[in-house]
Amino acid sequence: MDKMPAWADAFLVPLISLILAALLSALVILAIGESPTEALKLMVEGALMRSAGWGYTLYYATNFIFTGLAVSVAFHARMFNIGGEGQATLGGLGVALVCLYLPWPHWSLALIGASLGAAAFGALWALIPAWLQAKRGSHIVITTIMFNFIAAALLNYVLVNLLKPAGAMDPASATFPDATHLPTFQQMFSTADNPLFRGAPANISFFLALIACVAVWLLIWRTRLGYEIRALGHSESAARYAGISPVRIIVIAMLISGGLSGLMAVNTTMGESERLLMNATEGAGFIGIAVALMGRNHPFGVLLAALLFGFLYQGGAELALWTSIPRELIVVIQALVILFTGALDNMVRMPLERLFLLLRRTPKGPAE
Amino acid sequence: MTLMQKFLGAAATLALTSGAALADPALIYDLGGKFDKSFNEAAFNGATKWAEETGGSFKDIELQSEAQREQALRRFAEAGFNPVVTTGFSMSTPIASVAADYPDTKFVTIDGYVDPAEHPNVLSILFAEHEGSYLVGMLAAMASKSGTVSFVGGMDIPLIRKFACGYAQGVKAVNPDATVISNMTGTTPAAWNDPVKGSELTKAQISQGSDVVFAAAGGTGLGVLQTAADEGILSIGVDSNQNYLFPGKVLTSMLKRVDVATAEAMAAGADLETGVKALGLAEDGVGYALDDNNASLISDDMKAAVEDAKAKIIAGEISVHDYSSDDSCPAISF
Amino acid sequence: MTDPVPAIELKGISKAFGPVQANKDISIRVMPGTIHGIIGENGAGKSTLMSILYGFYKADAGEVFISGKKTEIPDSQAAISAGIGMVFQHFKLVQNFTVLENVILGAEDGGLLRPSLAKARGTLKKLAEEYELSVDPDALVENLSVGHQQRVEILKALYRQADILILDEPTGVLTPAEADHLFRILDNLRAEGKTIILITHKLREIMEITDTVSVMRRGKMTATVKTSETSPEDLAELMVGRKVLLRVDKTPAKPGAKLLEVTDLHLWDENGVERLKGVSLDLRAGEVLGLAGVSGNGQSELLEVLGGYATATGSVRVNGKEIALSGRDCTGQARRAIGIGHVPEDRQHEGLILPYTAWENACFGYHRDPSYQSGILMNNAAIREDAKGKMERFDVRPPNPNLAARNFSGGNQQKIVLAREIERNPDILLIGQPTRGVDIGAIEFIHQQIIRLRDEGKAILLVSVELDEIFSLSDRIAVMFDGQIMGVRDAAKTDQRELGLMMAGITGDGTTDAAKAAQHG
Repeated sequence: MDKMPAWADAFLVPLISLILAALLSALVILAIGESPTEALKLMVEGALMRSAGWGYTLYYATNFIFTGLAVSVAFHARMFNIGGEGQATLGGLGVALVCLYLPWPHWSLALIGASLGAAAFGALWALIPAWLQAKRGSHIVITTIMFNFIAAALLNYVLVNLLKPAGAMDPASATFPDATHLPTFQQMFSTADNPLFRGAPANISFFLALIACVAVWLLIWRTRLGYEIRALGHSESAARYAGISPVRIIVIAMLISGGLSGLMAVNTTMGESERLLMNATEGAGFIGIAVALMGRNHPFGVLLAALLFGFLYQGGAELALWTSIPRELIVVIQALVILFTGALDNMVRMPLERLFLLLRRTPKGPAE
Repeated sequence: MTLMQKFLGAAATLALTSGAALADPALIYDLGGKFDKSFNEAAFNGATKWAEETGGSFKDIELQSEAQREQALRRFAEAGFNPVVTTGFSMSTPIASVAADYPDTKFVTIDGYVDPAEHPNVLSILFAEHEGSYLVGMLAAMASKSGTVSFVGGMDIPLIRKFACGYAQGVKAVNPDATVISNMTGTTPAAWNDPVKGSELTKAQISQGSDVVFAAAGGTGLGVLQTAADEGILSIGVDSNQNYLFPGKVLTSMLKRVDVATAEAMAAGADLETGVKALGLAEDGVGYALDDNNASLISDDMKAAVEDAKAKIIAGEISVHDYSSDDSCPAISF
Repeated sequence: MTDPVPAIELKGISKAFGPVQANKDISIRVMPGTIHGIIGENGAGKSTLMSILYGFYKADAGEVFISGKKTEIPDSQAAISAGIGMVFQHFKLVQNFTVLENVILGAEDGGLLRPSLAKARGTLKKLAEEYELSVDPDALVENLSVGHQQRVEILKALYRQADILILDEPTGVLTPAEADHLFRILDNLRAEGKTIILITHKLREIMEITDTVSVMRRGKMTATVKTSETSPEDLAELMVGRKVLLRVDKTPAKPGAKLLEVTDLHLWDENGVERLKGVSLDLRAGEVLGLAGVSGNGQSELLEVLGGYATATGSVRVNGKEIALSGRDCTGQARRAIGIGHVPEDRQHEGLILPYTAWENACFGYHRDPSYQSGILMNNAAIREDAKGKMERFDVRPPNPNLAARNFSGGNQQKIVLAREIERNPDILLIGQPTRGVDIGAIEFIHQQIIRLRDEGKAILLVSVELDEIFSLSDRIAVMFDGQIMGVRDAAKTDQRELGLMMAGITGDGTTDAAKAAQHG
C-alpha cells in the first residue's frame, strides 16, 4: 500500500523541506542583523533576473546535473558513490591531457574527445572502489571517499611536477589551445544589439548535461542493463536468482557513475577555466549527493534540483557581493538546504504521510 | 517551479533599489579569505586605513569559487566601482580576460602581472621581495651564532623562492661560509595556512643547527614564529610588521607594503596610473622593521651595515639576483 | 447463562490503515483455561488483532477486558503487566546471550544482574519441571535448535507471569515431533489454568488442540465455534467464503525418462560449514518428487545449486548431459536455457522484485529473451502485453500489470511467479514452498497447476516444509536432514510418522542415525 500519492512524494516533500530551510536561513540572516527579504531579493535578482546571472546559475547547474546523475545511477544499484569529487578531479585530468596533447582542428571534435577523456578517467577512478566492493566487499562509501583524497593528491602531483608551465605561480596547467575553447552562451546567443550572458561561464556543456539526463533516463528505465541495475538495487538475492551477476552490475554501474562525474570536468575545465586548476570541482561531487536525493534519483528530478542548487550558488555569490553577510554564513545557508532536502527528508515525509492517511480516512467532501 | 514563482513574486513586489555609490573602490580577496593574517589581511588593513583617513568607503568580497573570480570583477566593474583592486597572482588571468570589456574601469593586480601593452587599464603591482629579503638575510647572518640560518616557505612557487633567494644572498654577503637551510611547507594553497607543519619544519631546522629562521609562509609562519620563540631562537616575520607577536624573540620582519599599495591605489581613485609598478627598497615598497620590540636585538653595527647595503642597492651598486627572472639562484639550490 | 468471567474479552475492535479496514467490529470471548484458535487467510486481520491486544497498535474503536476488567493497552509493557505474553513467529531473542540472560532481559530486578540471574535460574527450573519446558539455562541462544528457541520465548512470557499466552504461527518452523512437543507443553499450560490464543493457518492444528476457534475473513470475525462441533471443510469454507477442495484430485503418475540426475553434491557456505553432504537423487518426467524436511536442512541450498546461483561440487545431469556447477556457465540464465524453471522458496526476496511492476516481474530472469528486446532498448510494450496474458491465464487479481508486485497479496504474487516459470514450458520445474503465506483459495489453484504440469510430462521437484502438501502432491518423497537425503519413499507407502522420524534424523526402521545414513549414501 502506498502511503501517499507519487506527486506528493516527488514535489511536496522537497518543497516543504525547502521552505523550512528558507525559514531557518531567514532567521540566521535576521540574527546577524541583515534583512532576509533583501537577501532573497538580491539572490533572485542576481541569479534569475539577468541573463548573466542565468549564465552562472546554469554553469553551476551543469556541474550538479552531472554529479547528481552520477550519484543516481550508482544509487539505482544501491551503491552510495560519494567519490564524485575524486572522479570529477580525474575527469579534469582527462580533459586536460586530451586538450593539451592532441591537436584538435575544431572545438566540436575537441568536445567529443575531451568528453571521452573525462568519462574514461572518471570511470577509471570509480573502477577500483567498484571492484573492491564487488569482489572483496570493501564498503564503497569508505573506498570512494578515500579515493577523493588520493585524487586530490594525485592531481596536485601532476600539476606541480608535470603540467605546470615553468615559472608559473599557480598550480595549474597551461591554457588549452584556442581550438579547444567551447562556445559560451554569450557567443551562442548574444547579438550585437542584444548582448546576453555577458561574461558568464555557461557553455555548450549545459546541453551535454541535458543529453546526459535523457541518456540516463533511457539507460535506467528502457534498457536491459538498467533493468538489471535496478533489480540488483532492489534485491541482490532476487538478482542472483535471476542470473544477474552482482559483480558485473556493480562494476558497470560504478563505471557509468564515475564517467558521469568525470564529464563534469568538461564544463569546468574545458568550458570555464580553459586550463586545469587545482580545485576545479569545488565540492560539486558532494552537492551531487544532495541533488540526487532531492531529485529522487530521477534524471528529471536531478535536473530540477541541480537548477535549484545552481540558483543557490549564484545567489550566494550575489549575497557575498552586495551584502556584508560573511562568506561562512552563505555556506551555512547552502548547507541548510542540503541538510533539509537531503538528510532530513524523513522529518518532512513522515508527518506528511500521516496527514495523507488522515485525509484519506475522513469521508470525501467537506463535513458541513 | 512553485518555488521559483514564489521567488519571482517576492522579487517583483520589492522595488529595485540596488546600486552603490559610484566610483568607490572595490577590493577582491583571493580564496584564502580576508582574515588570513597575511597578505589578504594586509590589503584589508590598507583599505581600512584609507577609508578611515579619507572618510571614503569601499566594497570588498571574499571569493568562494574559481568561477567567481571573473564574476566579481565584472559585477564590480558593471556597478561602477573604480578602481577594482585584487590580491594574489591568481587574479591576473581573470583580469586579463575581463579588462578589455570595461575600458573605463581601472584594475589593480597586486602580486600579479598583466601585460600593459594589451590591457592599458590594468595596474600590476610587483614587489622586489628579493631586495627586502636580502636585508633581513644580512641581519640573520649577523645575529646568528651558529653560522646556520634557515627559511620556511609557504607554497613552493617562484614567488616564494624569490624570497628565499634574496634571503640567502643577504646571508652569504655577511658570512660566505654560512649554511642556509630552506624548506617549503607544501605545493598547494593549503601550505599558506598550516602552522603545525610550519612548527615541525622549524624544529627540524633547529635540530640542524639553525638559530635564525625566516618565515615567508602566510598563516603557516605563525607556527614558525611561535616555535622559534618557544625553542629560544630568533625568527623573522613577513609582509606586515610581526615583531610585536613575540617581543624580543622576533629579530625583524621583512615588510611588503601591500597595505600601502592598496591604500595608494584607492586614494588615486579613477585617476590611477596604470602599467607595471615595481615596488622595491627605493620606493619603500619593501624593507625591514625596526621598532621597540626588536630594538635590543639589532645593534648599531648591524643597523649601519644594513642601511649601507640598502643605500647601495638603491644606488645600483649591489645587485640582488631575482629568482623569478631566470628561475635560478646563485646562493641556494632548491 | 451463568458464564464464568472470560480471561479476555474484545468488544467491537476496529482498526484501519488508510483505506484498508484491517479489523472491523471484532468481538471475542476467551474463557480461562482454554486454547482458542484464530484462523484466517493471510491479510484477514489476525496479526493486527493480536498486535492491538499486545499494545503495538491502538484500536480506532472498541474495548479490551482482561478478566472482566476494562484495560487500556497503550504499549507492550502494559500488555505484560496485564498478564499477556506473546510468542512471535520470528523470535525476538538476543542470539549471543544465554537463555537465562534472554529470559531476564527487560525484567531485571534492580541494577545488578547477579541476583536477577539467580532468581531466574530458580524460577526457570520450576517452570521447566511443571511444563516439560526444559532448556539449558546457560546455553547460548544461537546454539539452540529452533524448537528450543521457541521454548525460551515461552519461558520469557511465563517468567513475566503471563496468564494469557498468544502464539503466532508457532509450528511453521518446527518438525512434526517438535510440534507435538509444543502441543504437549500447551496442554500442560492449559491444565494449569493458563489461557492460550493460537494463531495459525493450519486446519489440522486447530482441530488437534483447540477448544474453540474463531475464523477471520477480510478483517471480520465470520464465526466462533466449538472445535468439537466443526470440521476442516467447514472451517476452510468459512475462511475463503466458498467451498474449497482440500485434497488434490490426481491420477497415478506415469513416470518417464530420467530428466535430472544429481550425484554426490557437496556445498560449503561462506563460513566453511558443509550444507550439502553428498546429496544424490533423480527425477523423472511426469512425476512430482517431494522433498520434505525441516527448513534449514539443505533444501534451499539444493534449489540454489540446481537453479544456478550457488556453486557446488559433484555432478548434475540434465537429460543425460552434465551441467556446470561453478564458473562462468553456472548461471541462472544457463539453467533457464536448458529448460529448468524455478519457483524459488522466498518469492519476496528471490522470485520477485517487490517495487517492480507486475509486468517487469513477469519477465524477470527471462528479460534477456530476444522477444523482449527492441534494438538496444527493452520492448516494454511487448513485455506488458505478454504479462497481461499470463496474468489472465493464471487468474492474478487484480489483473493490472502496472501495479507494483508488493501491492498484490501473497497468493497473487505467487501466481505471478508461477505464471512466469510455467509459461516458459520448462522440462524441469523446481518449486520451493509453493504455498507459503498463500491463502487457501490460491493454494487450490496452485496445486492444480502443479499436477497439470506433471500430467503434461514435466519433472517437478517440490520442496516444502508442509508435510500435508508434500503428501497431497508428491508421487515419491525424499526427506532431507542435515544436508543429506535420509531416504526416498513411495508416497503411497509411507505415513506422517515415518517421515517425521526421518525429518528428525532417524531412518525408517528407527535404528540408524544420520551419520550412518550418510555412509550408506
